[in-house]
Amino acid sequence: MDQPAGYLHWGFILISWPNLILIGLMLVLFALALILPFPGHGSSSEKEKEA
Amino acid sequence: MPWENLLPDRQPFYVGSWVYVFGVVTIAALVWVVLSGVVLAAFGPQWWHLSSAGRFFNSLHFWSVQVFFVFMVLHLWGQYFMASWREGRAPTWMIGVVTFAVSIVAAFTGYLSQQNFDAQYIAMNAKDAVNATGVGGFFNVLNFGQMYGLHVMLLPIAIITLVFLHIVQVRMKGVVPPLGHEVKPAVTWELRKK
Repeated sequence: MDQPAGYLHWGFILISWPNLILIGLMLVLFALALILPFPGHGSSSEKEKEA
Repeated sequence: MPWENLLPDRQPFYVGSWVYVFGVVTIAALVWVVLSGVVLAAFGPQWWHLSSAGRFFNSLHFWSVQVFFVFMVLHLWGQYFMASWREGRAPTWMIGVVTFAVSIVAAFTGYLSQQNFDAQYIAMNAKDAVNATGVGGFFNVLNFGQMYGLHVMLLPIAIITLVFLHIVQVRMKGVVPPLGHEVKPAVTWELRKK
């Protein structure tokens, strides 16, 4: 842990592995937020019928 | 806005999405940032570097900042792709943008306030970049007292005020509907009066 991070150097792209992994995890989390159903909520059409 | 409508008790159906949770998590992280920061400020650098309790609060402060930024960026992505500045919500969006910018300065002054070699390294590398922008005459990254004062006093006050205004704007204008639902206005206190 007390060492400099490793870096991905690909052409003009230079980014540390921790930063790259974190950005990847954020993209996964964002995708999951769009896909996963929200607890306690049915489909939007059901809600519209209730209203 | 009447007091009884200050906190939401009902929201439109489309708010039932995880995308709308990112902003709330950001605020929760900010609460932890402020609380852990108050403890750190009370006990000082020697405590946060050398005692186990101090290191714990130091880590709590650091990691809550990480959570704060991660979820603020996720919130930004969600609102950007939803075009959240629609239908009179430009002030909400712009206050969010300014909050993001001020938060970056707050994080930067935090790195400079660590009182370790990392802080010195960052300050020495940053001074030329900051001076090149022209603000170095006032914003001296090598001046620990100035950086620490900004970090523990002025910038937190600015962020808390901006977040408060951001939330008030969201409450006044209502949560932005997803694209394609513009014809159904958000549930706001003005609608409830009817």
